[in-house]
Amino acid sequence: MAALLEVKNVSKHFGGFTALSAVSLEIAPGERFGLIGPNGSGKTTLINCVSGALRNESGSIVFDGEEVSRLAAYQRTRRGIARSFQVPRPFHSMTVLENLLVPSAYVAHLKDHEARDQAMEILKRMGLAQKAGAQANQLSQVELRKLELARAMAARPRLLISDEAMAGLSGGEVDEVLAILFKLNDQGITIIMIEHIMQAVMRFSQRVVCLDAGKIICEGTPASIVQNPDVQKAYLGA
Amino acid sequence: MKYWVSVAVLFLLSVALALAPTNDYFFYAAFVVLQFVVLSTAWNILGGYAGYVNFGTGAFFAIGAYSAVVLFKWLGAPLAVQMVAGAAVSGLLGFSVGLLTLRLRGIFFAIATVAVTFVLETVMINWRYVGGATGLQLVRPAVIEPFDTYTRMLFVVMALLALIAISVARYVQDSWIGRGLRAIRDSEEAAECSGVPTLKLKLFACTISGALMGAAGAAMPMYLAFIEPASTFSLNYSVSALAMPMIGGTAHWIGPVIGALILATIQQVVTVTISNEINVLVVGVLLVAFVVGAPDGVLGLFKRWLRSSK
Repeated sequence: MAALLEVKNVSKHFGGFTALSAVSLEIAPGERFGLIGPNGSGKTTLINCVSGALRNESGSIVFDGEEVSRLAAYQRTRRGIARSFQVPRPFHSMTVLENLLVPSAYVAHLKDHEARDQAMEILKRMGLAQKAGAQANQLSQVELRKLELARAMAARPRLLISDEAMAGLSGGEVDEVLAILFKLNDQGITIIMIEHIMQAVMRFSQRVVCLDAGKIICEGTPASIVQNPDVQKAYLGA
Repeated sequence: MKYWVSVAVLFLLSVALALAPTNDYFFYAAFVVLQFVVLSTAWNILGGYAGYVNFGTGAFFAIGAYSAVVLFKWLGAPLAVQMVAGAAVSGLLGFSVGLLTLRLRGIFFAIATVAVTFVLETVMINWRYVGGATGLQLVRPAVIEPFDTYTRMLFVVMALLALIAISVARYVQDSWIGRGLRAIRDSEEAAECSGVPTLKLKLFACTISGALMGAAGAAMPMYLAFIEPASTFSLNYSVSALAMPMIGGTAHWIGPVIGALILATIQQVVTVTISNEINVLVVGVLLVAFVVGAPDGVLGLFKRWLRSSK
């Protein structure tokens, strides 16, 4: 099957610092893909290039057969790439429900009552339904993470990038978020998970890529990744 | 529906007032109050909804005024044409300032708009055709029937412009555009990733806001029968247009209207009863009092009162 997302030789520099050097990877439709790597290895830079928050300097990003690397972020969202943010960025002056109405209006172009129905349904699935009328700035950490995912879902994505949706959560909360991601994947949504919580990535991913200093050092099944000496070196130091 | 009936009633009321045999000074003062309704409503479209603080209202106002003067001197254009042209040129200026938002946010955007004011003021000071630093006396054309004086006619024109500005702000607020602008104010990155074309919306808000300010400014030369750079580019316009929505409340279109009616009326009364200097103090004192005591303005106070009385 043709890849849903193809990243080919993507590089990105910040001044003299090389954040990504010639990174290439392919993600198949419906795949659960894990992206790991130590801090500063370029994980977030890579997904910023994919989602459009940053422009890659060279290489290409092809989504569903279309070159998207020159498109603005909002255009990529409209084509089906949605993401959550590592540090939650809710629309804090709106209610939880209204947060979801933004992508409904701008991506799915739904009428108001349809948008509200869809939003409520997503919130139910995320376990946020009872908070629908709450102001977004009154949510707890785990609720904010769920809101990030819920808002991404309201854009009806085909590819969902979850950027450390579980960082700082307790064990039970990690399981909750993980269960949500599994459920979304069951509906056919391809998911890229960026995570430091190894246990979660290993349980979730079918395939894992490890980045270090802007390069892919290893790719394989979760089990093979943990055994890989390069990965151990990158995380633990030599 | 109820809204449009009120708009029609208010407009007819302004016409009736202008035809009534009252003191002409009322219209002289009311024109200024209505002008501030337009300015603060226009400011709020960008500053209140999208969260980009424009400190250069004076520039948009003055560019509208100078566009009117150029057209009047060059072609003897009638007031309506002057105002449309003022709106167009200031709208264009708004579009250019909107491009600044590509790189500048928060306080840096605000400072850039102040810089725009100074640059344009310097240009006008050095442009002989529009009177340079000394200014230019203008001879008003004959007043149009059925109005007795030009000031009365300008009052009706400004009332109409205020109603247009309020209707535009109301439309923007209640439509998908308003939702997108609010998303931009809360988090521009998240808005973009939610499919909001942030640059397009910001350019739209800057252009509309600038055009309304320019239209308000375009009526000023005929009102004074004179134009001069220092008072036209006055920082007072910038400060007032920012203070009025803050005092009224930025979340709803009625906020800047309330703020402008309160503040501008107090200023007019103070100017007559005490002095022209004190009215600047009034803005400052009220702004500080509201920022400290009622950060959501009169609207916020009203909401709190509604909740506590329940």
